[in-house]
Amino acid sequence: MLILHCPYCGVDADETELHAGGEAHVKRYGPGSSDAEFESYLFVRENPKGVHFERWRHANGCGKWFHAARCTSTLEVFGTYSAQTTEPPQEIKDKISAKRPGWSWREFA
Amino acid sequence: MKRYSAFAIAREGLRQHTGWERAWASPEPKSSYDVIIVGAGGHGLATAYYLGKNFGITNVAILEKGWLGGGNTGRNTTIIRSNYLQDSSAAIYEKARSLYETMSQDLNYNVMFSPRGVMMLAQTQHEIRGYQRTAHANALQGVSTEFIGPEQVKKLVPIINIDGPRYPVLGALWQPRGGTARHDAVAWGYARACSDMGMHVIQKCEVTGIRREGDKVVGVDTNRGAIDCNKLGVVVAGHSGQLADMAGFRLPLESVALQALVSEPIKPCMDVVVMANTVHGYMSQSDKGEMVIGGGTDSFNNFTQRGSFHHIEETVRALVETFPMISRLKMLRQWGGIVDVTGDRSPILSKTPVDGMFVNCGWGTGGFKAIPGSGWGFAELIAKGDSPLCDEFSMFRFREGKFIDESVAAGVAH
Amino acid sequence: MSTRLAKGGRFLDKGKPVTFTFNGKRLKGYEGDTLASALLANGQVMVGRSFKYHRPRGIVASGAEEPNALMNHGAGGTFEPNQRATTTELYDGLQAGSQNHWPNLEFDVGAINAGFSRFLTAGFYYKMFIHPRPLWKHVYEPFIRQSAGLGKAPKEQDADTYEHFNVNVDVLVIGGGIAGLQAALAAGKSGAKVLVIEQTAHWGGRAMVDEPLAEGRIGGAPVDKFVEETRAALEKMPNVSMRLRLMGAGVYDHGYVLGYERLTDHAPTAAGPRHRLWRIRAKRIVTATGAIERPLSFAGNDVPGVMLASAVRDYVVNFGVSVGDRVVVVTNNDSAYLTAIAMKKAGLEVPCILDARPEGGGALMQAAQDLGIPVETGKAIAKVKGTRRVTGVAICVQAGEGAVLKEIACDAVAMSGGWSPVVHLWSHCGGKLTWDTGHAHFRPDVDNPPRDDAGEAFVIPVGTANGAMHIALALEDAEMSGRAAAKAAGHKPKPVATPDVTSPQEAAMEPVWLMPQGAPYELRMKAWLDFQNDVKVSDVQLAAQEGFESVEHAKRYTTLGMATDQGKLSNINGLAILSDALGQPIPQTGTTTFRPPYTPISMGAIAGEARGAVFQPIRRTPMQAWHDAHGADWEPVGHWRRPYAYPRSSESVHDAVMREVKNTRQALGLLDASTLGKIIVKGPDAGRFLDMMYTNMMSTLKVGKCRYGLMCSENGFLTDDGVVARIDEDTWLCHTTSGGADSVHGHMEEWLQTEWWDWKVYTANVTEQYAQIAVVGPNARKVLEKLGGMDVSKEALGFMEWKEGEIAGIPARAFRISFSGELSYEIAVPASQGLAFWEALMEAGAEFGAMPYGTEALHIMRAEKGFIMIGDETDGTVIPQDLGLHWALSKKKDDYLGKRAQERSHMADPTRWKLVGLETVDGAVLPDGAYAVAEGTNANGQRNVQGRVTSTYHSPTLDRGIAMGLVLHGPDRMGEVIEFPGVDGKTYKAKIVDPVFYDKDGEKQNV
Repeated sequence: MLILHCPYCGVDADETELHAGGEAHVKRYGPGSSDAEFESYLFVRENPKGVHFERWRHANGCGKWFHAARCTSTLEVFGTYSAQTTEPPQEIKDKISAKRPGWSWREFA
Repeated sequence: MKRYSAFAIAREGLRQHTGWERAWASPEPKSSYDVIIVGAGGHGLATAYYLGKNFGITNVAILEKGWLGGGNTGRNTTIIRSNYLQDSSAAIYEKARSLYETMSQDLNYNVMFSPRGVMMLAQTQHEIRGYQRTAHANALQGVSTEFIGPEQVKKLVPIINIDGPRYPVLGALWQPRGGTARHDAVAWGYARACSDMGMHVIQKCEVTGIRREGDKVVGVDTNRGAIDCNKLGVVVAGHSGQLADMAGFRLPLESVALQALVSEPIKPCMDVVVMANTVHGYMSQSDKGEMVIGGGTDSFNNFTQRGSFHHIEETVRALVETFPMISRLKMLRQWGGIVDVTGDRSPILSKTPVDGMFVNCGWGTGGFKAIPGSGWGFAELIAKGDSPLCDEFSMFRFREGKFIDESVAAGVAH
Repeated sequence: MSTRLAKGGRFLDKGKPVTFTFNGKRLKGYEGDTLASALLANGQVMVGRSFKYHRPRGIVASGAEEPNALMNHGAGGTFEPNQRATTTELYDGLQAGSQNHWPNLEFDVGAINAGFSRFLTAGFYYKMFIHPRPLWKHVYEPFIRQSAGLGKAPKEQDADTYEHFNVNVDVLVIGGGIAGLQAALAAGKSGAKVLVIEQTAHWGGRAMVDEPLAEGRIGGAPVDKFVEETRAALEKMPNVSMRLRLMGAGVYDHGYVLGYERLTDHAPTAAGPRHRLWRIRAKRIVTATGAIERPLSFAGNDVPGVMLASAVRDYVVNFGVSVGDRVVVVTNNDSAYLTAIAMKKAGLEVPCILDARPEGGGALMQAAQDLGIPVETGKAIAKVKGTRRVTGVAICVQAGEGAVLKEIACDAVAMSGGWSPVVHLWSHCGGKLTWDTGHAHFRPDVDNPPRDDAGEAFVIPVGTANGAMHIALALEDAEMSGRAAAKAAGHKPKPVATPDVTSPQEAAMEPVWLMPQGAPYELRMKAWLDFQNDVKVSDVQLAAQEGFESVEHAKRYTTLGMATDQGKLSNINGLAILSDALGQPIPQTGTTTFRPPYTPISMGAIAGEARGAVFQPIRRTPMQAWHDAHGADWEPVGHWRRPYAYPRSSESVHDAVMREVKNTRQALGLLDASTLGKIIVKGPDAGRFLDMMYTNMMSTLKVGKCRYGLMCSENGFLTDDGVVARIDEDTWLCHTTSGGADSVHGHMEEWLQTEWWDWKVYTANVTEQYAQIAVVGPNARKVLEKLGGMDVSKEALGFMEWKEGEIAGIPARAFRISFSGELSYEIAVPASQGLAFWEALMEAGAEFGAMPYGTEALHIMRAEKGFIMIGDETDGTVIPQDLGLHWALSKKKDDYLGKRAQERSHMADPTRWKLVGLETVDGAVLPDGAYAVAEGTNANGQRNVQGRVTSTYHSPTLDRGIAMGLVLHGPDRMGEVIEFPGVDGKTYKAKIVDPVFYDKDGEKQNV
C-alpha cells in the first residue's frame, strides 16, 4: 500500500488515490519512425528489480500526473517530481546515488 | 523409479515407510547438457518432461535458483480452463486441459485434477454477447463450452445470489470439463518423472550469465559453475527480463503482483469454479474445504511478492456480493506472486535473437492452467525449431501489431 | 475432570451467570468466561475432531494460537463456522457445536481413518487413487472432500453489518501487555499521536498471570497495579487512544496496518456493526505481540487433556477453572513451574514435574519443590495413556529411547517446549529473523527490519516479541523503543523512568524437539506437530526422506502449519524436526513466509458496508426517477444504469423494444442521452490538440458545426467515438460514449500533462452538468416548435449544426445530429432542469405520439443505419480501417494517436476482416457472436473461420433479421452467402450485403 507525495497539491497520497501509469520518460515515436522504434516505444519497458522511474496520476485527488523514483524490490520511494520534464532532476539522482551507489536506469545514472 | 500405488502404500505402511525413495534425485551439475531449461516451475519442468517423452531428449538439466515449484506454480488459484476466445489461446489451453485429464496416470502421481466445471458469469448485456461469442468460437475450436441461463447457474451453484440489486446474474459461459488441480503436485510429479528419465533437476542453482559464441548460445554461468548446452530454454516468469538482459536482448514484459487468498476450510458447498468478471473476483473450493479466491493485479512494477490490500478488499467485496454466505467465513491467509505481463497480456513462447535460445514467459495471471500445453509446445519448439502451438506467441508479434487479445473474453485475472 | 474452582477467576463476574449450549446441551458459565473456559468448567475437555484422522481433540491453548477448539457458532443469519473457542467471549444464549464429525463428537465414523493412520502418511494422496481414472472424480474426491472441511457452510444471508475505519497515527502500538503499555507511555509522553490496540478484552497480557505466581513486582508493587496505573495514565493523554478487542491483523508496505475490531461478538444484541476493519497508517509500528508457548513432541501429545502449560495456569488464574485434578507438568524450561505452583496453590494435585533438563531449573523449581511438588529432572513422557481423555503418562529418560520407567495416573498434562516470539507482524512486510540459540527461537533481526517509503525501519518489536524474555528486559526494551518510535515520527521524547523490577531469573532452557530424544518410529508416529492438520514427527521425517528438503516443500507435502492456526504452535517444532532429518542447523533450514492475517478475519469486515444496493455507487441522470416510475428495465452501463426498454404492463421486453423502434421511426421517440460523455476542450492550442486526439481533422471544424470523430489508442485500435461540436474560436465540446467519458477525459489529460505540456489547452469533464435528450422521429421538429423558443427549422439549424438558445423557457443547446437516421435533435439543458424539460417534452409530445425509448431500440436503429457501436463492432482489436471508416481518417494530418500503429504490417494486412452487413437467407436473426466457417482446419486442428457477427437484431422496421459482421474480404464479396454454425446445432446462412439496411440515401434525417 504505497504512499506517494504529490508534488502538485502537496498531499501524501494513498495508493487508492493514485493511478499508475507505467515507465517514465518514454520518448514518443510517431509516423516516420521505424518498426523497431515504435515497438520499443509502446511495448519494451524497463522492468528493473531495483531503481525505477515511473508515472503516476493523482487520479482521485488533484488529477495531475507526476513522476516517482521508486525501488521495485523494497518499494522505497526516492522522490517524486514534475511530469513536465524529460529526465529526473539531479537532486533525485543524487538521493538515489546516496542510497543505491552505482545505480543506473536507461541512460541515467 | 518405484511406482506409486495402493499396493506400495500398503507395503510401506507395514515397514514404517522406510522404502520410499527420493521423489527426485539431487545430482551435481554436469559440465554439459544437450538442453538446459532455466526455471523449475511447472512450465520449465513440463518442457523438460515432453522433451524426453516426445523427442527422446533426456540429456537435460533443469536449473532452479530456489526450490522447484516455488514461484507462481505454488502460489496460484489452480484453475484450469480453456474457454478462450482467440484460436491460438484456445489451442494451447485446450491442449493443456486435455493433458491434465490424464496427467495423474501419465506421471504416476496424483495431481488431483478435478474437472468440476468452470463458470464465467455474465452480469451485463455486453458480457452476454461476449460469452456467446466465445461459445461460438469454442465450438469451432474443439473446446466444449456452452452459454447457460441464470436458472442453470443457480442449479449448479446454489450458494450464488443471482438477483443481486446491482449486477444480477444474466447467464454464464460454462465449461464442464474445466476445473482445478493440486498445484504443487504438478511440479512434483513432473520433477519426479524428469528425474526418472535421467534428467538433472538442480535446485539452488542460479544462472548468473548466458554464454554466447557469436549469435549462438553455448551455455550458462551459474553459482555452481559454468555449464555448456546446445540449446537453452528460459522459463523463469517474473525474471525473464533479467535473463534476456544477460543474453543481450529485451523482452516486452513488466512484473506486477497478483494476489490471492483462502478462507478457513468448510464442508463442501460449491463444486464448480465461478469467475465473475464484472465485479472482479473468482472463487472455488479446494478439496480441503478452503474457498480459494483471486482477483486482479496491482498496476505498478513490483518484485516483493506482496500486493496492496485494497485489491483484496475489492475482490472480497465482489464475492460477498455474489456469494452472500461467505460474509461469515474468515480469510485465513493472503499472499502475492509476481507475474510477468506482456503488452497484450498473452504469453510469449518464442525463438529469440540468440540462436539456440528460447523463451517461455509472459503468462501473466493465467499460467497454471497452461502448464502441460505450454510444456508440450515449447518442447516441440526447442526440439524442432517450430511448433504450431507456439507460432502465434512469438516475441516479435508486437513489432507487427499482431496481438492476441483475450480481454474480450476475460477482463479479470485468472 | 476439568471443573470450576470455588475461588479465583480474575476475569469472571460471578454475579452474572450466563447460559449457553454446546452440541445442544445447556451449560452454565459466567460473564468474563471464554467459550473454552466455560466448556472446561463444565468438564468438556474433548471439543472436536482432527482434520485427517478425526482423532479426539481437546482444548490446548488459551488464546489465538488454539489449533483444536473450533466451533460452529450461532444459528441462522448469525451462524459462523470455525470460531475459536479460546477467543470467543461467552454471552448469554451462545450456541456452539463441535465440528468435523459424524454422527456425533463422541462417536465419529471418520475416526476409522485413525485406524489406517499407518498408511495415511504425508504424501498419501499423491501416491494413491491414481487408477482407474474416473474413480478419482466420482468416488475418491467427493469422499475426501466430504471428510475434510471442518465447519459447516453458512446457509443464510449474514444478519450483521460491518464497517471500515481510516486512521493516521504517529505510533501504533500493537499489543496491550506490559511492554505495549510501557512503549505507549514512552511514546505518548512525547506528544506523539499514539494508538494502542489489544486483541483480547484485557490489558496486561501474560504478566498478569505469570508475575503474581512468580512473585514478581514492578516498582515494588504487584504487576496489576503497574498495569492499572499505566493504563490510567495513557487514558488521560489526549494524544493517546486505546482499544481492546482490536487485533493487528497485518502489516503492509509504507506503514499500512490492518486492524480487526470485534465490536459485538461478545454482545451480539448490541447495536451497530459486528466487526470493524481499521485501515491504519502509522509512521512507526511497535509490535508488543508477546510470545507463544511451544508444545513438546511426545507420543500421545494430542490426547484431550494435554495442554500448553501456560494455558493450564491461565484457566486457573483468569477463569477459576482447573483442567484436571491431577496434572503432570512436562517442560524444558522454567516457565512451566508457574503452572505447577498455580495448581498447587489452587489446591490441586501435581503428581510430578518432568523436567527434560538433566539439571532441572532455577529459582522457580525451588519454589515448586518448596510447595512439595516432586520434580524429576532429565525425564520425559514416553507416551500418554488414554484416547478421549488423558488417563496417565508413561515416564522415561529424555536421553533414551523411551523405555518406560513408570506410569503416573493423571487426567491432564501441562507441557512447555519453550517460547517463540510472535514475529508475524514483524515479518509480514519483509522483516528478517535471527535464531536465538539461548532461547531456541527465532526473534526479529533488528538489523534487517521491514522498511518504509523512506527506506527506514518502520516496525519496532518490543518485549517478549523481541526476545526480551524477562520482564525487566521487556520493560526496558519497551521504554527505549517507545521513545525511539516517537522520535522517528518527529516528536521529542522525554526520558521515562523505568520502574524497578524484581522477578526471579530463569535457568537456561534446553531445546527438546523430540521426547524422548531417541524415540523410535512407533512413538514418532504418535507424536503430533500440527494438531489440527494431523502432521506428526514421522511425517516431516518422511518428507525429508523423499527429498522435500526445502522448508516450503516439507510444509506443503505434509500440510504442516497450513491449518487455521497457521502453524502458531507447530512451525518451529516442525522446522526443528526437518533440520534434524537433514542434519543441518535450524537457521539454515529457514522459516516459511508469514502471511497476513495474524488470525483469520471475517470476509464481512473486509467487504465493509459496500453490499447490496450500495455495493457500488450508482450514477443517476436527472430523469432517473421518471424512468423508474415508467417501468424502465435497467441495464448497467459502467456505474450508470440506463433504461434498456420501457415495457408496459403485459408487454414483454422484446415487444417493448419493437414498439419503441417503430414509434420512433413513425412518430416521436425520446431518449435520455445524459450519460453520453461531454468534455470541454478549450484554449489556443485546442484545435491542434484535438487533431492529435481524433483521427479526423477537428481544427478546421467551423464554429456552429458538428463532426463525428473517432479516437484511437496509440496502439492503433478504435477506442471511442462521438460528435464534436465547435463552440467558439477556441472551444470544442467532445461527446464520448457513455462508458468512455472518464477514460477519454483521463486520456486527454495524460497526453496534455505528460507529452504536450507546453500546449495551451484546458479540458473539463462536464458530463453531469447537462441533461441531454434525443428528440427523434418525424415529429421531432413539431414538438420542439410547440414548446417554442429556438428556431429549429431546417434552415436555421441544419444537419450537423448546433445552436444555443431557449426551448420551453429553458436554456438549451440543440445539436442536429442523428444516430438513428431520423430527423433528430439532441438537446442539452442544465442538469437541474433536465427532468422539467423531459416532462415538458413528454407532455407536449403526447399529441405527436411521444414515447421514451431505451438503449436496445437505440442499438437497433443505429444497426439499421449501419452505424457502428463501440464495444460491439469494436472489441479492442479493431481499427477504423476494418470498419470502412477511412473517410474519418484525415489524410491531411501528419500525425494523430494511432496513425503510426496503423502502418504496421499486420494492421495494413489486406486479409484483415472487414465490416459488412449480413442478411440471413430466411430472415431469421443470426446468433450473437457466431463465426462464419471456412474450409478445412488449421495446424492445431481448429475449424478455419472467415468472419464473425458483431451485432445482430430483429429489425422491426424491415421485419427481418439484420446483422453486421467482420468478414474476410467482405466488401468485395457482396451477395455471397456464407455459413454461421450456431451453438444451437443449426447452421445459419447469410448473404453479405451493404451494412446500411435502411434509408440508404439519408432522406429521413435531411428534412
